[in-house]
Amino acid sequence: MRNFIRFFSGRYPIGLVLLAVLSQTLLAEPRGTGDIGLVVERATGNLTAINTTSRRAVGKITGLGDLSHASLVYSPDERYAFVFGRDGALTKVDVLENKIVKRVEQAHNSVGGAISQDGRLIATSNYDPGGVRVFSAETLEKVADIKAEYGEGQLARVVGLVDAPGQKFVFSLFEAGEIWTADLHDPKNPKIQKFKAGKEPYDALISPEGRYYIAGLFGEDGLALLDLWNPDAGIRKIVPEYAKDDPKLPVFKMPHLEGRALIGDYWFLPAVGHHELLVIDRREWKVVRKIALDGQPVFVIPRPDERQIWVNFALPDNDRLDVIDTRDLAVVRRLTPGKAVLHMEFTPKGQEVWVSARDDDRVLVYDTENFRELARLPADKPSGIFFTSRAHRLGL
Amino acid sequence: MRFGLFALLVSALALGQVSTPTPERQQALLDLLHQDCGSCHGMTLQGGLGPALLSSALAGKSEAMLAGTILNGRPGTAMPPWSRFLSREEADWLVTQLKYNPPRFNDATRP
Repeated sequence: MRNFIRFFSGRYPIGLVLLAVLSQTLLAEPRGTGDIGLVVERATGNLTAINTTSRRAVGKITGLGDLSHASLVYSPDERYAFVFGRDGALTKVDVLENKIVKRVEQAHNSVGGAISQDGRLIATSNYDPGGVRVFSAETLEKVADIKAEYGEGQLARVVGLVDAPGQKFVFSLFEAGEIWTADLHDPKNPKIQKFKAGKEPYDALISPEGRYYIAGLFGEDGLALLDLWNPDAGIRKIVPEYAKDDPKLPVFKMPHLEGRALIGDYWFLPAVGHHELLVIDRREWKVVRKIALDGQPVFVIPRPDERQIWVNFALPDNDRLDVIDTRDLAVVRRLTPGKAVLHMEFTPKGQEVWVSARDDDRVLVYDTENFRELARLPADKPSGIFFTSRAHRLGL
Repeated sequence: MRFGLFALLVSALALGQVSTPTPERQQALLDLLHQDCGSCHGMTLQGGLGPALLSSALAGKSEAMLAGTILNGRPGTAMPPWSRFLSREEADWLVTQLKYNPPRFNDATRP
């Protein structure tokens, strides 16, 4: 008995230490993942898991291959991330345990992906071999292979792949100049519908409610619009002002089209090659205003409450972020987070924004109300930042 | 004669400095290659929306043409002119590296 007491007290309470260790491992507090995010470290093929409540790194997941231009989507329960690597690898990551669950090399060269409306299917957007492959989210087993065939059996590179209502995926074929919709209600037999879109679609977005799919065209001026509520009406060319590059203003980084950039009836889209944002009224699909900027915009992302729009820039102006006040559409603040500011992600209610500065190897957290820096985390060549709240948004 | 030799030596040194970037500049150029050129050509240069820049892919192409493409871009494609970021000599150096001394990716990020 005395020994038993000594076990839990006295100078060396080994029992207490053991209990503490056991409770850490066996009786760990159950927790959710709603305040977890992943930062892509593109050069080393790692992900850093962060917690937006503590503003700290909480894990590191290694061995994901070539993560340049990598993106990821989340399962509906916010537990798993599906990471799309440039080298064609698809990796399922457990963000609670910070480990890789499963990994398949599904293509040679890949540029992104999407998760289906019901969360059961993962689709990849491939350059080589050109097409879309569909996998079970549970097992990563391949369930469908949609070859992006055009002309005389050539395969086009696929860009702008998004999920859409009705268990659909929508994507664009760069060389073919087409937009395809694929209905995956029967995953082994996708129903494909094809549309002529215009020359060289390079990226696309879907509106937040999932009705409009809009592709940017590199080979000609304007955007291609597909109304998914009325697909038989076909593609409509809109916004001829959405011009391709001007020889005087070369494009050092192609802008990203973001489905979130819709406020009320107005789209805020980056102009290609020009130092401005286009404001497009979606009732008429006309440019109603151009907001002058000091560089070529890349990402244009509204704060979730829509009171601000944050913009980053292409080389050589990629060391800063501009904040636009949506009340008067004026740039009200400029921040300089570091060299090569690649991406920004808002917390779901918008009080903070997380920003990656690739060439300074850091991620910064700003208070979006007073623009104060709240935290600074080291990261190895960080690019995309993805919070789990994306799990419940179409097209993200 | 002695002065002539001296002048030759000085100009050769100067030439050497112009045609081979400093080690720091070489690193900056390799970073530019992998990170910024990499956004279209792939970080490991295996190609993306832009073509692959591996030595095998560049084998048949003239160095002058490749350096010209870097500096002046290719009208009608997404390739912009990079002349505001690097000089002719630096473009030549980069082309030589790409063709004959292909930089492994880790060399660029982990000096």
